[in-house]
Amino acid sequence: MSAGGNSNLILAPVAPPSSQGETGFLASAFTPRALGIALGLFASVALVSEAWAQLVAGGERLGILATLWKWAPLVLIGPPREFGGFALNILVSFLAMAIGTVSGLVLGLGLISKFAPVRSVSWAITQFFRNSPWLVLLFFVMLLTPFQFRIGGLTIPFPAWFKATVGLALPVMANVAEIVRGAVNSIPTGQWESAESLAFSRLQTLWRIILPQCVKRMIPPWMNWYAILTMSTPLISIVGVNDAMTLTQDALASEQRTDLLMPMYGMLLLFFFVYCYPIARWTIRLERKFAVRI
Amino acid sequence: MTTAWTPDQPIVGIKDVHKSFGPIEVLKGVSLNVRKGEVVCIIGPSGSGKSTLLRCINALVPINQGSIKVEGQEVHDPALDKLELRKKVGMVFQSYNLFPHKTALENVMMAPIHVLKRPKEEVEAQARGLIKKVRLEGKEDAYPGELSGGQQQRVAIARSLAMNPDIMLFDEVTAALDPETVKEVLVTIRELAEEGMTCMLVTHEMGFAREVGDHIYFTDRGIIVEHGPPATFFTNASDPRTRAFLSQIL
Repeated sequence: MSAGGNSNLILAPVAPPSSQGETGFLASAFTPRALGIALGLFASVALVSEAWAQLVAGGERLGILATLWKWAPLVLIGPPREFGGFALNILVSFLAMAIGTVSGLVLGLGLISKFAPVRSVSWAITQFFRNSPWLVLLFFVMLLTPFQFRIGGLTIPFPAWFKATVGLALPVMANVAEIVRGAVNSIPTGQWESAESLAFSRLQTLWRIILPQCVKRMIPPWMNWYAILTMSTPLISIVGVNDAMTLTQDALASEQRTDLLMPMYGMLLLFFFVYCYPIARWTIRLERKFAVRI
Repeated sequence: MTTAWTPDQPIVGIKDVHKSFGPIEVLKGVSLNVRKGEVVCIIGPSGSGKSTLLRCINALVPINQGSIKVEGQEVHDPALDKLELRKKVGMVFQSYNLFPHKTALENVMMAPIHVLKRPKEEVEAQARGLIKKVRLEGKEDAYPGELSGGQQQRVAIARSLAMNPDIMLFDEVTAALDPETVKEVLVTIRELAEEGMTCMLVTHEMGFAREVGDHIYFTDRGIIVEHGPPATFFTNASDPRTRAFLSQIL
């Protein structure tokens, strides 16, 4: 870096430290410069590989970029007339987040229950799923649940991709529960006292007074967990689902070219980066906005 | 209601109340009676149990021993419906505790609509009237964060009044306010007192206590040291602790 660059760095106003450490840390890793570096690295790997491939192979085989272009649709949306690829990763992330959020909300309310047994059970569930490796949880759900359910004469299929979704939703649930508990505890006790003295029941107080005030505080860490979840969806390739990771490996297997390894995985990384980076930026913006208001 | 209560009996009857927080006994046998329409002021040094006493009356804090009756009903009877009790007893706090995500008008309307299940139109008309009564016309749609401390406290008073309580408890409601805004809140409370609302105030405003109070109680270290009507209390205090306290304050 030049001297000018250095002095700029020193004189530049220091960004206020983020109140939510984890989110702040993740977010600060994604600066516009990081975006530039990522794109630049990917482009240079692709170009060098391209030149090298042309040198070694001559005109016989397709160039690297042309090959990537050929496989990109498969990796993005899966094989024709089949749902899969990166789109499946996104679908799984949506569903796992939805399931994890709803169940996490219930579990989080269990964590603050006045009834001790409910509190203990919720605490145990939360700790178990927060501190288990996601991949091991995935295997557990895959092996423990049948591929279909029979209710009366009705057979409900339980496909592998949906099992995988449930497997990913479990750690999300536990972390959302912790977010809910933390947010509820961050509301001043005066709010509870005044609601109580106005004869609101505990449930009414939570629903009408406490939780609405929690939403703003919960959104940034919640979005952070969504980004982490999305980046974890390639785990489902292990359990035999046609996600972007599986299809990238299939494409590489059918090409049988070592010079494609870096560019193909690079392309996959780029898909995730392009999707997750804006979420990270948006999270920082919301965090700053809410930090001022509260 | 288990006991038939008539307005000639004390509306709040406190008998030998003890309350401990862990090893610290904050109330060591407090007794006092409040008649309907009476304005009672409780004064005394910090940590003497004044606020705790108020919180026991609407069952925000459970007591260890003794009896508190509101309109003849025992407050610390485990079978008591606390929500029914709190509909009769309004409370205003030092830190206002308005709901920050609701406007002033919504703050006033929430409890009557959701707790008393009264029709919205009727509640809105009453709430607008109450906001006018506490001199905050035009601030109906302001959020608490946009109001001054004194304005927020007056919304909090209106919010309590919207439940049509029989008794109002004021817990050091001016202690967090700027000197200029203390007056506007006191004016509101004085009007309430003049209308015949039964009020119990924990306060450090001696001049105000003397002016609006029908009866003054002085507490120190968990007991009532001395009490009497303001005229005799402020001029002829007999207990040395009361005199020491008054000489510091006045």
